[in-house]
Amino acid sequence: MSTTLTLFRRELASYFVTPVAYVFIVIFLALLGAMTFFLGGFFGRGEADLAPFFAFHPWLYLLLVPAISMRLWSDERKSGTIEMLLTLPISPMQAVIAKFFAAWAFAAIALALTFPFWLTVNYLGSPDNGVIVAGYLGSLIMAGAYLAIGSCFSTASKNQVIAFVLAVLVSLIFTVAGTPLVLEFISGWAPRAVIDVVAGLSFLANFEAISKGVLDVANLFYFISVIALFLFINVVLVNVLKAR
Amino acid sequence: MAAMIEVEGLAKRFGAIQAVSGISLEVRKGEVLGFLGPNGAGKSTTMKMITGFLEPDAGTARVCGFDIQKNPIEAKRHFGYMPEGAPSYSEMTPLGFLGFIAAVRGHSGAEADARVRKAAGRTQLERVLYQPIETLSRGYKRRVGLAAALLDDPDVLILDEPTDGLDPNQKHEVRALIQEMAAEKAIIISTHILEEVDAVCSRAIIIARGRIVADGTPEELEARSNHHNVVSITATNETLVQLKASIEALNGVARVDMELRRLLAVPDANANLLDGIRVLVRQKGVSVTDIRLERGRLEDVFRAVTTTSEAGGGR
Repeated sequence: MSTTLTLFRRELASYFVTPVAYVFIVIFLALLGAMTFFLGGFFGRGEADLAPFFAFHPWLYLLLVPAISMRLWSDERKSGTIEMLLTLPISPMQAVIAKFFAAWAFAAIALALTFPFWLTVNYLGSPDNGVIVAGYLGSLIMAGAYLAIGSCFSTASKNQVIAFVLAVLVSLIFTVAGTPLVLEFISGWAPRAVIDVVAGLSFLANFEAISKGVLDVANLFYFISVIALFLFINVVLVNVLKAR
Repeated sequence: MAAMIEVEGLAKRFGAIQAVSGISLEVRKGEVLGFLGPNGAGKSTTMKMITGFLEPDAGTARVCGFDIQKNPIEAKRHFGYMPEGAPSYSEMTPLGFLGFIAAVRGHSGAEADARVRKAAGRTQLERVLYQPIETLSRGYKRRVGLAAALLDDPDVLILDEPTDGLDPNQKHEVRALIQEMAAEKAIIISTHILEEVDAVCSRAIIIARGRIVADGTPEELEARSNHHNVVSITATNETLVQLKASIEALNGVARVDMELRRLLAVPDANANLLDGIRVLVRQKGVSVTDIRLERGRLEDVFRAVTTTSEAGGGR
């Protein structure tokens, strides 16, 4: 446990020694602001809630979260430090978990810095803060799911750009799985059960339910399963690197 | 006493290339094993398998009795490993990086501090402890990697080209450090610098095409050289021409080779030619710059065994 914590601390600190972290946070906040106020019509809606704010999280995460996770393993492979890391007395699983949680903590910091939105709606009206808390919780756990996918594909290549593109591609599939576009595409030939499964796989649908304030265990469990699945594949991939 | 590093039949294939085929060896406490071989011979691959970074196709390695396949974490606690190129996290400072290694190896507080200071001191890193590693010279980066390997004062050290990229002074310091630690540890170093073997190794293994082609003390290997026990005479060419015929006539001389300003008298079997030739030179009354008995050159052995090992070579 303390070993994992040590790895976690080093990984999290490494985000902040380069300007990348600050650039990322600024871009994240600026885009989120632009989307919420201009595309989401935050002021025009006449409602004191953060629905237009949360609505854009999946789309923003789709592009930005793989940028957080892409370096996790591919950078270690490129610089050769992976050899130093994996010959220390640690297990690959400890390394995978430490790296994932470090990236998640970073995402949580970026998300926490959106607090002015929350202050704004509270200043302008009296929103249901329970719904907002649920929204933040859902957004955080969804970010974890995107990160797990990104971390997994970061193992796949020494090249961060390739890791990024692969992660975006797979994340896109998970994001849009339940949208009419995809469902109509497969409904012509796929059996009913498959359609239900695909519909249930959508990050969008699962997040929407949470962000409306309905903290259903099923939705949370869905994201946790995605995280567990991709971290498991991540550990397998790290072991494959050793056997290659 | 049992060997601290035991390697049994390690083999590894990358696609069509058989990188390592059946390497077995043992290293005991107090031994410094030099791993020699041309580039691409399988030195690094073997080290990666011993340290558990690569999974072998066959065979295994044990460090202090712990199998690297079955009990990797316990095995890894017992060795310090510096991979090829001494990779470290370039955005960290040596102090931060060594502190991280200390923490991963289970040290905290004052004890961790003391270990970091000691390892940094042994590798002369004190001056650069607070600079990001990416701003350091190659020599310092190498020493950061070395300090990380030494930090836990492990029983076994595995160092992949520890002196590569160092200047002659730094090389000397690193070799002195290895010698200083040798008595207490089992050490494997890989190198393609042959003088290093003479300087620090108690035993050398030459590998070529993934196989061990020679194994022995540096002296034993040198004895396999065709320059072993050759007497070389340095003088002007005129003098050497004068001497040549009479040396050829001496007992036990198999052959005399002439080089520029140097004459090499190659002996039969184990004949000792030195005294005979000294007497001869004195009798002739000619002046020579130098007469010496060659120990044999590791370089010759290296070239001989690594270029003609197609048949498998000897163990």
